[in-house]
Amino acid sequence: MPIGRKLLTIAIVLAALAAMNQIIEYGVGDFRINPYYARIISLVGINITLAVSLNLINGLAGQFSIGHAGFMAVGGYAATYLTVYHGAAIAATVGGTPMQGVGSLVVMTASLVTGAVAAGLAGLVVGIPSLRLKGDYLAIVTLGFGEIIRVIILNIPAVGGATGFTAALPITNIFWIYAVAVLTIVIVRNITQSTFGRALGAIRSDEIAAEAMGVATTRYKVLAFVISAALAGVAGGLWGQLFANPLNPQNLNFVKSIEVIVMIVLGGIGSITGAVLGATTLTILPEALRTFDQQFPGLRMVLYALLLILLMIFRPDGIMGRRELSLAWFRRRGGGPGQPGTRVAPLATAGTATRSTRDEGDG
Amino acid sequence: METLLQQIINGLSLGAIYALIALGYTMVYGVLRLINFAHGDVYMLGAFAGYFLANALGLDGHPSVFWAILVTIGAMAICAAIGVVIERFAYKPVRHHPRLTALITAIGVSLLLEYGGQVVFGATPRFFPQMIESRTYALGGVQITNQNLLIIVVAVIVMFGLEYIVHRTRIGKAMRATSYNLSVAKLMGINTDRVIAFTFALGSALAAAGGVLVALAIPRIDPLMGLMTGLKAFVAAVLGGIGSIPGAMVGGVLIGLMETGLSATAYSTYRDAVAFGVLILILIVRPSGIFGSSVVEKV
Amino acid sequence: MASPVSSVLLDVREVTRRFGGLTAVKHLNLQVAAGTLYGLIGPNGAGKTTVFNLLTGVYAPSEGDIWFDGRRMHGQRPWQIATHGIARTFQNIRLFADMTVLENVMTAQHLRTSQMIGDAIIGSRRHHREERETRDRARHLLAIFGLEALADEPATSLPYGSQRRLEIARALATSPKLLLLDEPAAGMNPQESVALMDTIRWIRDEFSLTILLVEHNMKVVMGICETIHVIDHGESIATGSPADIQANPRVIEAYLGVG
Repeated sequence: MPIGRKLLTIAIVLAALAAMNQIIEYGVGDFRINPYYARIISLVGINITLAVSLNLINGLAGQFSIGHAGFMAVGGYAATYLTVYHGAAIAATVGGTPMQGVGSLVVMTASLVTGAVAAGLAGLVVGIPSLRLKGDYLAIVTLGFGEIIRVIILNIPAVGGATGFTAALPITNIFWIYAVAVLTIVIVRNITQSTFGRALGAIRSDEIAAEAMGVATTRYKVLAFVISAALAGVAGGLWGQLFANPLNPQNLNFVKSIEVIVMIVLGGIGSITGAVLGATTLTILPEALRTFDQQFPGLRMVLYALLLILLMIFRPDGIMGRRELSLAWFRRRGGGPGQPGTRVAPLATAGTATRSTRDEGDG
Repeated sequence: METLLQQIINGLSLGAIYALIALGYTMVYGVLRLINFAHGDVYMLGAFAGYFLANALGLDGHPSVFWAILVTIGAMAICAAIGVVIERFAYKPVRHHPRLTALITAIGVSLLLEYGGQVVFGATPRFFPQMIESRTYALGGVQITNQNLLIIVVAVIVMFGLEYIVHRTRIGKAMRATSYNLSVAKLMGINTDRVIAFTFALGSALAAAGGVLVALAIPRIDPLMGLMTGLKAFVAAVLGGIGSIPGAMVGGVLIGLMETGLSATAYSTYRDAVAFGVLILILIVRPSGIFGSSVVEKV
Repeated sequence: MASPVSSVLLDVREVTRRFGGLTAVKHLNLQVAAGTLYGLIGPNGAGKTTVFNLLTGVYAPSEGDIWFDGRRMHGQRPWQIATHGIARTFQNIRLFADMTVLENVMTAQHLRTSQMIGDAIIGSRRHHREERETRDRARHLLAIFGLEALADEPATSLPYGSQRRLEIARALATSPKLLLLDEPAAGMNPQESVALMDTIRWIRDEFSLTILLVEHNMKVVMGICETIHVIDHGESIATGSPADIQANPRVIEAYLGVG
């Protein structure tokens, strides 16, 4: 895409996000959206970021992590810490306050970048030792790291410890939430369509063959893990600074990680479209059942659990499998024209045998 | 010196609980290569089964060793059945799927039992009836309650019992064969479905025994009690070498000792992080654990 | 210290590999001259695949050294060895199962692309140009092996023989100097084996490669290899031309056993 068109696209997206923000946060004319719905729309956006970013490591790279809530916590606390303790000073440099105008723009940017960097670093620290492990061991170690992060936060008085970070300022709005969601989708999509993305796919598919093809598996896994963690950190920064702040270590235990996993499993592990669908469905659905949940606390999680089990038994590929919903679906598929003058190897043409590809031979 | 000894006694009784639960993790992993996440919740169900049985029998305020044993056996039987049902309806359908599918299923079952428990039993803790009179023995300044002593003794008996079953009986031989290679075991005429069901029944019964014993010592029971305890017991199994019965025992005791050791220091708030720290260290330094053997992928 | 003879591409010196008490390879010496078609044969369990795994860095030698293209390979990870120019196929085909045929080959061009992740994330012009080049080259390689029409099919949906060819195309996509083929004729019928011999010879000439192959099928090995190395129980028992090997009593003994 030429640079001019790219800038134009960005401008249009930003304008659309600003309009959406205006309508949902402030209303138009006499129209005001129900604040409860506005909140659900906010949560959908944050969960899209969480699910799509988790999908990078769990789906694309095939490294099953149950520690996403931990990175969300690191990013959320770091971002909120910056706003609470340095927000006023940062806003003052442009002559504003953290809560409005240019001041809030600068503070939010600084805050989210801090969240991304902190969570990315945490991802690096966790990823380097953990990613040598595979399968269920990796899963359980990431779970362990997530819980350790939570216990550490519980013991930091500056961020409220067990009572939660109640000093947080509600500077998150629809604009930021959906700007981050769009950015996350674009980043992850661009990664999938690159050398890096194919290397991750190779790792998921067969690590030994990937190494034999020159893929530095550990380096790529760690890198994917760091990017995934950083994006979760940004989501955490948004979540922690929502109105009526939920930033409490209790809300960020491994059950939160599982919620995100259920989203990508429902959507189809490996599919970005699936992650978006899964995040949207599983944010709205439990809200629809909220009245029951108040009567029977825990019912929402029972639903998640049942959905998870039934999906695994009857449709482990989720809604989308690995497919993406994109314009390419409507285009003609198939091989391009052969290059004229290609010299072709002498090949067996008759009677190509079909048989099992994994029969064991001489060790 | 006395405080140290006291710490060791406390650590041992805590460790014995982890060990009892870890045995179930280790057996299921040994046979199916599945981390049965729900195992900690079966332990919770054991405590609740004991609670309802004891109350139905009106044992509260009328301690009786005979009835206490009966209640324990009843809870074990109920949980053995639950374990078999979980295996049949949740794990069996995904047995031949990729291992992660089975792991996610197990996480799902775990959440279902925890939050299902909250819906059915309510989230507020209940108080387990005093089925046996509490006594405290003092040995030269070191104190131990009869409940804690009971936990340690039962754990040791169970470990030797399991070792006997696995290495000296027909079903034990079938378990080992299934563990070595499920499809070959099936070809050799072993009813592997039955072996797996037996493994779940046995593991779940042990978890139930653990649940009742713990509830005797610490009578507060709630639907989420299996969550942390289960995770730590799993860590104990990995630490000892998953698949190894003595390993589960040693791992459980080590985790128990470390936790009580840490509780005595200024870092007691980090207690819940210890087990995970140990887990991470073990998996990175020696994934096969203390008693396990490593497996290399064939190229 | 460089390799003593400049035309020797691969130089295996006194390599031993033990697994616990078992010695899979004992004091192996192997010199492969650049441009040759070299065969490594031996009865079942002789240690051939272990040699491949040593050459590609899957295992490290317990003793001895491997030199490739004047470089000591000691302690290198498999991906680093691939970077230096050794590519391989696998005895039990290891294609990237959930990718298409084209993606399998594109993935293997990994080493030839700039791998700038930042470019990919912002979708820069350089990134798009490189993607196009990678795709074109992959299609070219597929065309060589008659797989172009199947480019968008899932790799594992291909018939067995085509999967073997795809694996070779994928290995070539890494632009190797040395190609290791692990039992390329396994599971092929006689006609297919004959065609395979032509293909291998053609690849060597077309890509100016050195090829080392492990193979059970004697007809294939004798038919195309210029030098053959025989191992048994991890030890070298003979090296020479196909005619020498066929006449060698130790080789006959190793294959037929002592009555």
